[in-house]
Amino acid sequence: MNPETSPIPGPRNLKILAVGSAGAAVLRHLRRAGTHWPALALNTEAVADTETLLLDARQIRAVDATDAAQAEAALAAGLPRLKDWCAGAEVVFIIAGLGGKTGSAVSHLAARAAKEAGALVLGFAAMPFEFEGGRRLRQAQRGLEKLKAAADGVVCLPNQKIFKLVDENTSVLDAFGVAGELLADAVRGAGRLLASGGLIEIHFDELCEMLRGSHAESLFALAEAAGPERAREVVEKLLAHPLLDGGRALAGARSALVSIVGGPGLSLAEVNRVMEPINHQCEGAQVLMGAAVDEHFAGRLAVTVIATRREESKAAPEMDLTGQLLNPQETERPASRFVAPPPEMTPEKMAELAGKRTSRPRKSASRMKQQQLPLEIVSRGRFDKSEPTVRNGEDLDVPTYIRRGLVLN
Amino acid sequence: MFDNASIIVGLEIGTSKVCAVVGELNAEGALNIIGVGQARSRGVRKAEIVDPAQAEEDVRNAIVEAEQMSGAEISSVYLGVSGGHVRGFNNRGVHPVVSDDREISEEDIQDAVKNAKAVNLPMDSHIIHAVRQHFSVDGRDGVKNPVGMLGSRLEVDVHVILGNFTRLQNAIRVVKSPALQLEVDDVVFNGLASSLALLTGEQKEIGSLVIDLGGGTTDYAVYADGVIKHSGVLSVGGDHVTQDLAVGLKVPLSRAEQLKLEHGSAVLDENLKGRTLVQHNELGLPAKSINLGHLRHIMYLRLEEIFQLIESDLAQAGLLDCLRGGVFICGGGARVPHIDQLARRVFQLPVTLGRANCINGLKSALDQPEFAAAIGLVRFGSLRQKRRTGTSRLGGLLEKVRTSFQFGA
Repeated sequence: MNPETSPIPGPRNLKILAVGSAGAAVLRHLRRAGTHWPALALNTEAVADTETLLLDARQIRAVDATDAAQAEAALAAGLPRLKDWCAGAEVVFIIAGLGGKTGSAVSHLAARAAKEAGALVLGFAAMPFEFEGGRRLRQAQRGLEKLKAAADGVVCLPNQKIFKLVDENTSVLDAFGVAGELLADAVRGAGRLLASGGLIEIHFDELCEMLRGSHAESLFALAEAAGPERAREVVEKLLAHPLLDGGRALAGARSALVSIVGGPGLSLAEVNRVMEPINHQCEGAQVLMGAAVDEHFAGRLAVTVIATRREESKAAPEMDLTGQLLNPQETERPASRFVAPPPEMTPEKMAELAGKRTSRPRKSASRMKQQQLPLEIVSRGRFDKSEPTVRNGEDLDVPTYIRRGLVLN
Repeated sequence: MFDNASIIVGLEIGTSKVCAVVGELNAEGALNIIGVGQARSRGVRKAEIVDPAQAEEDVRNAIVEAEQMSGAEISSVYLGVSGGHVRGFNNRGVHPVVSDDREISEEDIQDAVKNAKAVNLPMDSHIIHAVRQHFSVDGRDGVKNPVGMLGSRLEVDVHVILGNFTRLQNAIRVVKSPALQLEVDDVVFNGLASSLALLTGEQKEIGSLVIDLGGGTTDYAVYADGVIKHSGVLSVGGDHVTQDLAVGLKVPLSRAEQLKLEHGSAVLDENLKGRTLVQHNELGLPAKSINLGHLRHIMYLRLEEIFQLIESDLAQAGLLDCLRGGVFICGGGARVPHIDQLARRVFQLPVTLGRANCINGLKSALDQPEFAAAIGLVRFGSLRQKRRTGTSRLGGLLEKVRTSFQFGA
């Protein structure tokens, strides 16, 4: 987004794995914006200016979404090299466009390999546009599930959402460009979070703890503002950001990463002014923030937010009839209604368990809070401005059938 | 054409219509209705004026029509008032008879009534009527006229109807506005006026309830033993029915009003369950279907509620058992089909749809239940004028009202 931005100080041992052509495109955006972190491309054709691990196009094409073995075979040749490359990295970012062939097929394998090499793996995945068809969406969904399972955390950009960012006349090419840039922004924001030399540093362990095991889908947004009112503006932009559903996503967030980058003039008051509304929005969420100073941001302020959604009850994977017929082995059996009886416990065991509970207060208790339901307002119509007619505590201007609970269907 | 003194005009500025009725009082003291004028009301909500300019215009239209029809010039009116601020209650006043011979004089009565009126009232309330009910001399109840009787202690029960001074003033100001140049002879509670038009002396004696189902309010008055026992205003009326239908059936108010008039009824009809009415748009294409069953149900619940609220109010006052004359319904609400059936069910009493049958005159006007209040206003005026010409004027509103109730009917 800022071509004039020159290299951002590289975080400690961060490496980027760009999978597929989408990954390569994002990498291009990163390069253009001046982010030169060590990167490896995983693609069926060579990527310019980047070390590329070539995959056999034929093998990739043969990969069936349901057949894990074929995908593994496709990557098998390059796996040792991949692991070697990942060795020594603390964090590996995997950038992939899901829904196509390469991204969906091997990104989770690459994530597993990086993890095996001892790195923390954060995935950045672009989901296809809805117009690309249900098949691709399903394929992407499956890829995402697998990537989530393999990586420590996944930041996901449904391309469909960028419709809100571009105008009607944007060409398809430009739209993909915007998507790529957004993903590049997310990568840069996450990278900055880890960047050393921050005003307020994020502890690497904290980040790991937050991401590790969450296997959750994340949303992100980036906003920039300049001028004396930048702190206020940037928050306004952020809370109105379409990718955060106008700030609603923050309210439902389980945890949020906030990265603030400003010029040398970045004051603590500014940081506070940014964080206050965000903290207020993500009440009940674990907020992790970092602030960094970069002289290229003189007079400007950039804030990146990566929000992880609350773990929703695992909805059954979307599966229509054709999916069931074509992939019978993937249909899952519904959870059994049978509830196992409580295990038999000796008094000692019970005492031990009870003791445990009291000694270690449950962490989730703090998050338990009364939800506020949206108040349903019944219009008083033509009596809106008049004095309400209240008898026995009932507002008689509200239709009787509503007060008596008559359901009209 | 006529001596102006014998022309009596009743003006009711209602929520749905403004109605002026012209009566002629001939030399023999017989009242004859000679003209009616009405206009759609646009500046009134819940029987109170919200748009004086609009109300002024509507009043002018009604007055002009009444003048044309009767051929009389209208210079002063009896103004009917109602609204949520109007309420009635009973009070008792005591006066020791001080004359040497212990004979009760007219002055003693005045004093007793004055004491009865001295209620602890809020600052801005104004007594519209204070109607004498019964006297009691030395603890002996049921004395109708104690003048000339002997006794040492005179007590009187009065029914006081009061309203908010400023809110009453709003209606008076419209009538007195420079554009209309009308005088207000007196202000009368609509519920009282309606009962004057509907009830005969016998019905008052055996106990009757008059319900004026208006557009914005429902006014009611109870008579027993020949005097008014109870009165009240419920700020719920035909407008509420329309509003309920508009909300429930999701149609505009004007359409809801039309549906109410064309398909409304006060009782449920099993045959209508699930039947729909297809609405056509301006192109003649079916636009929306209205469920007639729902329409009836919504309307039924609202009307039933109105009656139930009145019934519970009367039950609280302990008056339900003295209504041997039954229930009389007037106002626009009396036009709802089967409203008598519904009222019969709620009150468990015989129900009559009101006809202003104690006055002579235009049959077309007298037969309309909507005009009952305005006709009652004329009757109120005629009784007052008869009294004025008959005996020396004692002054005060109280005397006027006393006249209407003790010697009228």
